[in-house]
Amino acid sequence: MTLREKFFPVLTIVLILIAIWYVAAVYLNAPFERDTVARAGTTITFSEIVPKTMFQARPVLPAPHQVIAEIWDTTFNKPITSKRSLVYHAWITLSATLVGFGIGTVLGILLAIGIVHNRAMDRSLMPWVIASQTIPILAIAPMIIVVLNAIGIAGLLPKALISTYLSFFPIVVGVVKGLRSPEQIQLDLMHTYYASSAQTFWKLRWPASMPYLFTSLKVAIAISLVGAIVGELPTGAVAGLGARLLAGSYYGQTVQIWSALFMAAALAAVLVIIVGIAHTAVLKRMGVKP
Amino acid sequence: MTSGFLYGAIAFWLTAWAINEWLVRVKTKDRTAQQAIRIAVPLLFGISILVLWEGIVRGFNVPSVLLPPPSMIWTRLINSLPTLWADFRQTFLKSVITGYVMGCGLGFLVAIAIDRSPFLQKGLLPLGNFVSALPVVGVAPIMVMWFGFDWQSKVAVVVMMTFFPMLVNTISGLAAASQMEKDLMHTYAASWFQTLVKLRLPAAWPFIFNALKINSTLALIGAIVAEFFGTPIVGMGFRISTEVGRMNVDMVWAEIAVAAVAGSAFYGIVALVERAVTFWHPSVRGGQTS
Repeated sequence: MTLREKFFPVLTIVLILIAIWYVAAVYLNAPFERDTVARAGTTITFSEIVPKTMFQARPVLPAPHQVIAEIWDTTFNKPITSKRSLVYHAWITLSATLVGFGIGTVLGILLAIGIVHNRAMDRSLMPWVIASQTIPILAIAPMIIVVLNAIGIAGLLPKALISTYLSFFPIVVGVVKGLRSPEQIQLDLMHTYYASSAQTFWKLRWPASMPYLFTSLKVAIAISLVGAIVGELPTGAVAGLGARLLAGSYYGQTVQIWSALFMAAALAAVLVIIVGIAHTAVLKRMGVKP
Repeated sequence: MTSGFLYGAIAFWLTAWAINEWLVRVKTKDRTAQQAIRIAVPLLFGISILVLWEGIVRGFNVPSVLLPPPSMIWTRLINSLPTLWADFRQTFLKSVITGYVMGCGLGFLVAIAIDRSPFLQKGLLPLGNFVSALPVVGVAPIMVMWFGFDWQSKVAVVVMMTFFPMLVNTISGLAAASQMEKDLMHTYAASWFQTLVKLRLPAAWPFIFNALKINSTLALIGAIVAEFFGTPIVGMGFRISTEVGRMNVDMVWAEIAVAAVAGSAFYGIVALVERAVTFWHPSVRGGQTS
């Protein structure tokens, strides 16, 4: 599998998607141009419509270059402290994501250790951990915000808690699987060494769970970002990517919505890649041959 | 008097824990007794959580605007069944089910379609994995703009959210049948279609059901989030956001309870169908549904 073999098909599909996007943009934005002309009482040919659909102020579907221009403008041409800067909003969302992800990881690992070492916890907690994920978190999001505001906690922490709630689940499931992954024969060896359960944990179970842990971390960090963005919706937040989405949808600023969406996508991609790099680094330190 | 509630609740919780510790150590050969214990342990844990919640709220005199006790939520739930049913019908029966069926069906069909083209597979799989990590929820405002406020826009969001997990899982599932089995089909002179129906689809069921289970929770979350961006005056997401604004927190919790039960039931039904269809799979034969 050379790089070219991998890269070429993906590039082709991406180009096809961009082409479809342009066609769709023309198709969806044309009615507006026709209406404008009809109101003015003149006629317009199709070839005149096409260039106009590419540069509308409030298109139904912005053309790709409009979105890219908007992202470029709000990322590099605005000071980072400005409310109009996308970097500023992305940072607010990212900080909540990372705090929530951190808490979720610690909580998830602790719960998993409890579940593996205590049968009553295993039997009683695990079904509820699964059930907890069927509660639409968004339903709780506005509540958490309102409740915490009443106690006087506002800003970053409520959003982070929503991220925590979403991210602890894949980590619990993954780490439980990982801690139980050692073979019986390995556990028996520890037993013959007369190892305590703490020693078995640190020398066998914990190292064995690493691949599972990192796979879960990738899922968890992506889902943390979703949690932080969603946490910004019901709060009527004034800052963050979620707030940009909401504001854009209130005022019909489609270009703003799309650019916030792409920024979120880029953030998710970067976060997952960072976790992936950490994964390979840890496995390398542990002496795993790639 | 109020502290009596607190101590009673804590006593109940500790007793329940002790009973659970004892229950998981019971060794019995009787199948029905084993089944009963498996159900009783998490149930007891759930009840003790509710009792603890009630005790803490009453014991510390937490204002009901912050966190209503379960008894109050239950009363509200019973008293507003018609409203809850209308919301449930709008959100779950119209948006979630329609979107779920369309999204999963579409993902499945596209996977079958590109199954014959390795080039398309190579191009689409990395993209599909990438999109799975994106905050797809962000398309909600765009969909509301395109499809209006009613359930059609929610269906569009749910389709967007469920399509990619289904696509990726079906493609990896179709590759699950081993070369040996494919060779056998080849010696029988089986056509591509026969091989698909008799060998590759059955081998792919575990993967497909994995996607169906993931999607069952995703669909509900997608529909509820989409309702934050504009709805007619009915629906779970709409009710939650308005009742939070009016400080009727007990109603919000009642709605959350309905959503949680609906989500769990949906997931449970999919899991039951999975057990029936993939009865041959080791994870099912062992009596464990993961």
